[in-house]
Amino acid sequence: MTVPQNPSLDASDEVDTRQGMILYLEDLTVSFDGFKALDELCLYLREGELRCIIGPNGAGKTTMMDVISGKTRPDSGSAFFGIRHDLTQMSEHEIARVGIGRKFQKPTVFPGHTVFENLELALRGSRSLWHTLFAKLSGEQQDRIALGLDTVGLSDEAHLPAGQLSHGQKQWLEIGMLLAQDPKLLLVDEPVAGLSLSETERTAELLSSLAGTHTVVVVEHDMEFVRQIARTVTVLHEGRVLAEGPMEKIQADAKVISVYLGS
Amino acid sequence: MTTGSAAQSGSRSWLLAVGLFAIAAIAVPLLNLGLAEDSPLHLPDYLVLLLGKFACYAIVALAVGLIWGYAGVLSLGHGVFFALGGYAIGMYLMRSIGTEGVYKSELPDFMVFLDWKELPWYWYGFQHFGFALFMALAVPGLVAFVFGFLAFRSRIRGVYFAIITQAMTYAAMLMFFRNNTGFGGNNGLTDFKRLLGFTLRDPETRIGLYLASVTALLGCFLLCRYVVGSRLGRVLRAVRDAESRVMFSGYDVRSYKLFAWTLSAVLCGLAGALYVPQVGIINPSEMQPANSIEMAIWVAVGGRGTLAGPIVGALIVNGAKSWFTVALPDAWLYVLGLLFIGVTLFLPRGIMGSLLSKHEGTRT
Repeated sequence: MTVPQNPSLDASDEVDTRQGMILYLEDLTVSFDGFKALDELCLYLREGELRCIIGPNGAGKTTMMDVISGKTRPDSGSAFFGIRHDLTQMSEHEIARVGIGRKFQKPTVFPGHTVFENLELALRGSRSLWHTLFAKLSGEQQDRIALGLDTVGLSDEAHLPAGQLSHGQKQWLEIGMLLAQDPKLLLVDEPVAGLSLSETERTAELLSSLAGTHTVVVVEHDMEFVRQIARTVTVLHEGRVLAEGPMEKIQADAKVISVYLGS
Repeated sequence: MTTGSAAQSGSRSWLLAVGLFAIAAIAVPLLNLGLAEDSPLHLPDYLVLLLGKFACYAIVALAVGLIWGYAGVLSLGHGVFFALGGYAIGMYLMRSIGTEGVYKSELPDFMVFLDWKELPWYWYGFQHFGFALFMALAVPGLVAFVFGFLAFRSRIRGVYFAIITQAMTYAAMLMFFRNNTGFGGNNGLTDFKRLLGFTLRDPETRIGLYLASVTALLGCFLLCRYVVGSRLGRVLRAVRDAESRVMFSGYDVRSYKLFAWTLSAVLCGLAGALYVPQVGIINPSEMQPANSIEMAIWVAVGGRGTLAGPIVGALIVNGAKSWFTVALPDAWLYVLGLLFIGVTLFLPRGIMGSLLSKHEGTRT
């Protein structure tokens, strides 16, 4: 690894991943009323990797996502996006703007808006008040929305209120919104919860195809799904990293078996 | 390709609005000034005044509907913004009395009565109508901006926000009740004589103020229509429905709420500024908490999430109020309560919302 000369010279908001790493979580501690949801958690993500996070309930998976996306502030430790953006000092919308997108566990779309409008609002572009007051969709943006609709298989539902979609379609719409946002890092919380087998497979394909051009973090309980997509798996337990490595190694790990897989 | 059904269904609403405006703006002056007083079709002066007041209430309802129906922020304190707009114009009207007051002084009567020798500094400039009108919009806007900035930054939402707005209007009322505050204490500002040289009591002035009110209502409606139809309006509705999704999509939710909140307060100030010359008085009772709650009821009755709804609600509730307070004065508050409960139980989307969903139901 080469150390960059002077990263601050680059004035743009672009995430600086010249070190090859896109996310640095170091010694993160978050406690709620004395309960340590995260306990000096350390985790690094290489740019372009697809990482699965597993662990029993209360292991700190969602809390970790909350810290990365700015919803929760850590008591101590650091969280950097690239080598320049200190996530603990940024608000949710700023974090989203520098390129971290998040999909919630429960599908969260705008129920009163049409599917098309959901994607329009998610589309990458200026988020300033004045811009949105006068914004008109350009042909290129309409094409991108159409492409997004196609990717998530909702072209026929484009003008339906999102609240009328099925559970699986909502999951997909939210993933489509995430893609429209064009983030560098995608945080995906339980993407296949409540999906049918074929929907699960399509989701696995989609997430796998994103890796490389995007960095993807998937939190999932469904072990079969994790086996399908996982390259590297991180096991969290009581707010710490218990084990990390390829799926086969993790499955054979005695510690992991005792706290999680074996149960 | 259009951007959705919401925009489509309202695409011709502006034509309807302009049409209704034209009828209101032509028929009322014609029936009032154009016909002899003994004609059966003559519109009496008190009805012109009533319709002018209704137009002001409709602007208030539109403002409350914008922030509540679209951004999901329930305000129970819009009476303050209405009153502040009214006070600003009231100050101009006081200054324009000149030396014709009871005490024949350059100072407004209540200041002479309190034995004040000179005008407080914050009354400077209000002898100019333009300045007063500007302040009628700017002061409510500024108060709302500061209040909203603090509240939204602290992420105060829902019921908690509504309660704080009640406290705000109550606190403002107590402040304005004090003689030392310099706005006439509990009597407020009254005994106005002239507006821009026109005698307020003249029927022509009445008609002029009525026309100004319905024109302002049309302008506010078209402005709100543009805002809610823009992408910004879609962001506001998204904030209402799934605030965290909006934040994690990269929108600064606070600034969007603050924009809608401040705009809403400015419109309310405009309504107050048009209202006070017509009724001839502004006093702190306009800020009593119940007034602001009534404003929210107009919107709930008419229908949240539409722009026509709040206007319809304001007209229906105030029409009923005018009738009941004459015919059955003791019954009015019960009627208002029953109306509110009835709408909540049977028409949760309000009158317009229910009409629209019926219309959509028959179409598909």
